[in-house]
This record gives sequence, structure tokens and C-alpha cells, in this order.
Amino acid sequence: MGDVFGYIFTAEFGYSVLRVTTPILFAALASVIAENSGASNIALEGIMLSAALFGAVGSGLTHSLLWGFAFALLGGLLITSLLIYFALYLKTNIILAGVALNTLASGGTVFLMYVVLHDKGSTSSLPTLVYPQISIPLIRDIPVVGGIISGQNLLTYLAFVMVAVVWALLYKTKLGMHIRCVGENPDAAESVGISTRKVKIVALAISGALASLGGAFLSMGYMNGFSRDMVSGRGFIAMAAAAMGQYSPVPTMVASLIFGFADALSNVLAAMRIPDEFVKMIPYATTIIGLIIFAASRKKQQQRKRAAALMANQ
Amino acid sequence: MNKKNRKGFEAKFNAIRFAASILIAVLLSFIIILLVSKDPLTAVRKLFLGPLESFRRFGNVVELAILLSFTGLAVSIMFSANQFNMGAEGAVYAGAAVASFIALSLPMPKILAPLVCILGGGLVGAFICVIPAKLKEKWGASELVSSLMLNYVFFYLAKYFANTVFKDPNCGFVATYLLPTNAKLPCLVPGTRIHAGLFVLLVTVIVCVFFMRKTKWGFALRQTGGNPRFAAYVGVNTTFVIAYSQLIGGFLAGMGGAVEVLGMYDRFQWQKLPGYGFDGIVVAILANNKPQFVPLAAFFLAYLRIGADMMATSTDVTSEMVSIIQSIIIMLVAAQAFLAKNRQRMLIKEVKNNG
Repeated sequence: MGDVFGYIFTAEFGYSVLRVTTPILFAALASVIAENSGASNIALEGIMLSAALFGAVGSGLTHSLLWGFAFALLGGLLITSLLIYFALYLKTNIILAGVALNTLASGGTVFLMYVVLHDKGSTSSLPTLVYPQISIPLIRDIPVVGGIISGQNLLTYLAFVMVAVVWALLYKTKLGMHIRCVGENPDAAESVGISTRKVKIVALAISGALASLGGAFLSMGYMNGFSRDMVSGRGFIAMAAAAMGQYSPVPTMVASLIFGFADALSNVLAAMRIPDEFVKMIPYATTIIGLIIFAASRKKQQQRKRAAALMANQ
Repeated sequence: MNKKNRKGFEAKFNAIRFAASILIAVLLSFIIILLVSKDPLTAVRKLFLGPLESFRRFGNVVELAILLSFTGLAVSIMFSANQFNMGAEGAVYAGAAVASFIALSLPMPKILAPLVCILGGGLVGAFICVIPAKLKEKWGASELVSSLMLNYVFFYLAKYFANTVFKDPNCGFVATYLLPTNAKLPCLVPGTRIHAGLFVLLVTVIVCVFFMRKTKWGFALRQTGGNPRFAAYVGVNTTFVIAYSQLIGGFLAGMGGAVEVLGMYDRFQWQKLPGYGFDGIVVAILANNKPQFVPLAAFFLAYLRIGADMMATSTDVTSEMVSIIQSIIIMLVAAQAFLAKNRQRMLIKEVKNNG
């Protein structure tokens, strides 16, 4: 056990935390955008899965990372557009639609993989391109910090850049204002001529695109290639991260890092003599504990606010 | 239009919408098969008629329908309270595991043994499914996310015990020791694996229908699901209702897992979450959360599954195609605005005819 504590203070461990946080962060930002518009995107899991498959196969067939990127977006937006159509046009409960689309993606990716590659397990028969790792000059020479930050995958940097982009989008643009307005008070939004449906469509599309990037990272960065059900709950963990971050980009990033830490820790412990089942349980157990702590503290905050308001009225 | 006519009209329209959803899904599967298969005719025949080819195959449909009915009942009751609790998945797994553990550690006489094991499995399922409801009540944590996470936690926990304490080192694959015959549910129909769990299911369905329609608790549950504010206003303790609905749902899912392992397996051997809890969602939506329709919906889904398996073994189309079809069915059946224009037209016609 002492070894583990020693190890988590190394640059190598810090590096792997950022790496495993990447897909969670993309998906958590996706959830932030969707929830701000008042639409819950439960289909994150399925969107990532579909994007991961399309990206892996696309980059393998075209030998181009750019096309791989485009294919991943296409794969993710395919599921997203079904979500938009059913939830916003046919008025299917958005949570049910999300659950159904996750099932669809889980089976559909295996189905498609078999049609294209005659393999039901993974795309290992088709060499997939992987996004490059980038060594940052100057920063890489700083001790420890350089080892953590430099040399990450291109998409990892993009994920952290997206935190700023999503923040700017939500708080500094007209679209962001409309999204938040529709999420907070749809009737008021309609009364000033904002179409809630249109705004939700845009928000869900952006959300789908962000989640697709997470999927692209999984099959073209974290792993090289797609394997069946490779998202394994990251979409749901991301939803918990977004909820903990109160659907605001920067706190959501912090929450994602906590879950990334738990995930990285489980990877380290897997090498120890701890039973596999307990190691694999860590990220999920952390999520539940995190969810409880967050929800409890928010409830207390609200109670305090209410008490303060009462005092002020007296 | 009076209330009775109105109700009849709603039922008629729902039936039409339901049929249209199934029809679209069937057409879609034709199209997919045509696109990908070199032998589309065989694929279509196997998918839709395969289960009728032999007695044994039809038996497979009934066997699967027993389990899917349990999870369907579980989800119907949990969703009736308007709670998106996904815990049925973990409850099925843990229920099956715990039933096996009890069977392996407590020698008991026939008849008593399976009953105790099923009860044990049910209690574990109830425990798993009530946690998300309690977390929501106490701290407002989303039941959807917490139940999904809990599924993984309980899956790994149960799997740990199955693969260590109860693992049979002499078995050729990873599984527990052989379950004692006393604990197993006997086979009912020779030539198939249809087991005595069918009786357990029949009793359970009757109890559920009675519970939902004839008891005070069932009425309070329907009220809470329909309009929680109104329910609370007329004096229903909604937190209590939500808690017992999730307890009962979890119990049913855990029972389903226990019945499955005692009726169909010689050892507990699941190394992955089997997905039957999520199938329960499909069944519940098809049955419109009404327990009396659950066996029918479960039979439909089981038929589709077995047909798909047969299609996969004899043609080049994989069985995963069914998950595409079933997702489309769920979304269409649950779509409030699907065929809404036709509904309006039908309603006007109906009113003109009846005055």
C-alpha cells in the first residue's frame, strides 16, 4: 500500500489522471450545455460509443486523422439527431429516449462492426490512426509539472480548452444567454420570442458534438481502435460530474478531475494484489459518494439561504 | 363526448398507435436485413418464424419470457411512481447470485429451499433499488445516475463472492459449485427447459394486478405517479409511496434473477451484467406499466430475441440488430406526439358520429 501512496505523488500518475479525465471531461461539458437548456442528455453514453466506432473505422479506412474526426462527429451526431427528433418533435420523454438510444448504440455498434469488419469484439483487424501526443516546448522542461502536462494527447488539450470555450459560449454570447434563459424559464423565453425548441436543438447538437470528441478520444487516443461497449459507464459518470459542478464549466472540470483521479487510481491498484472486482468498483463507488456529498452540501446551502431570507423578512 | 366514450376512444387510439409503432419497427428490420444480408429471405424467415420451427425453440421463448416478465413487472412498478430507477439490472444480477449463495451454504429440504432462495434474492434486489430513492429523498441526488452507478458496485461485489468464496476450482469455466438439486426449480415441460418458475410468475402477476388495482397502497402509487402534487395535497405520503414502490420493484427484479438461476442453470456463472433489467424497461413501456399486460409484452420481446438468435446462427445478420429495433419501438410507443394529427382527426370524427 505504501507504494501506492508514493506513486500517486509522481508526475507519471498526474499524467495518467489528465489522460483518463479527458473522455469524462468532454462528456461532462456536453451534459453542462444540455442541462443549461433544460434538456437532459442521457444518451451521452451511446453518442460516445457511436462516435468511437465511426472514428476508428473512418480513420482506418481513409488513413486520415481529419476524416477520422469527421466520421466520429458524424457517428455521434447520428445518435444526437435521433434524440432531438424523438424528444423534441415526437415528444418522447427525453430520459426514456436517452435510455433507448444507449441500447441502440450498444447493439448498433456491434451490428455495424460485424457488417463492415465481420468481427463482433473489436476493430483490431483494421489499424486505427491515433491522435498525436504533443510535447510542449519550455513547459516540458519544468520538473514534475512538465511531466504531467506535456506530452499529452492532442484531444486532451482540446478538452481543457473546451472548458473555456463552453464557459465563453454560455456566459459571453447571445446564444449562451438564450440557452440559459430557456433552461431557467421557458415561458419567459417564449414570451420574448425565443423559440425554446430551436434553442434546445442547438444545445443538444453542441452537446452531441462535445460527447463525440470524448468518443473519438477513446478509440483514437486512449486506446487504438474500438472495442465493444468501450465507454463502460463514462457517460453516466460524466453526468454525475456535471451535476456536482452545478452545470457550470469550471467546477464541472474539477469534478471530472476527481473522477479521473479515481479512475487512474483503479488502474494503479489493478497492478497490486487487490481483487480485480474491488479495483473496478472504485470509479463507480466514488461517483456515488461524490454525488451524495455534493447533493447534501447543496441542500444545506439552500436551507441556510431560506433561513437567511426568513430572517430578513422579519 | 361523455367520460366512457372518451376512455374508449383513448384505448382505441393507443391501440392504433401501438400497432403503427410495431409495424414501423418490422418494416425497418426488413430494410436493414435487405441492406446487409446476402440471404435476406432466410434472415427474415428465421427472425419472424424461427421460434415456431420447433417445440424446443418455442420453449426458449417461454423460458426467456418468464425472466423478462419479472423484470418488466419490477420496472412497471418502479416507473409507476415516476422514478427513473435503473436498479433492476443490478438487482437481477445480485438476486441470482445471492439465491445461489444461499442454496450453496444452507442445506434445506425440497420446496422450502427454492422458496427461501427466491426470498433471499428478492430481499437483496429490494435493498439495491430502494437506495436511489432514499438518496433522492434525503439529499436530492438524481436516482437515475445513482442507480446506474449502484448497478456496477453491486455487480462487482456479487461477482467477487461468486468468484472467490463460492467458486468451484474444478469446473472448466468460471462458475460457482453445482447448485443442490433440492434448491432448483423442476422442469415442467419435457423437451424444453420451461420450469416451475412459471407458477411463481403467475402468482406474482396476479398479486401485482391486485396490488395496483384493488389496494390502498396501489391506488396511492398510481396517484403519486400521475400527479405527485395533487397526491400530496389529498394527504398521500408521497415519500413513503416512492420508497415502497422501489422496494417492491427491486424485490421483483431480485426474484426474477433468483428464479432464473434456480430454473435454468446448474451453477451461477454470469461474469457480466446480463442486461435483463434494461429489457425490463422495454417490457414495462410496451405494457404501459400495467402488470396484466406484462407477460404479453415479455413474450413479444422474448420471441423477437429468440428469432434474432436463430437468424444470427443461420445467416450473416447478427442478433444485435434487435437492439436497434427494440429501441425504435420504445421511443415510438412512448412518443406522445406520434400520430397526434391523426388523433385529432379521429376525435372529430368520433364526436360527429356519436354527438
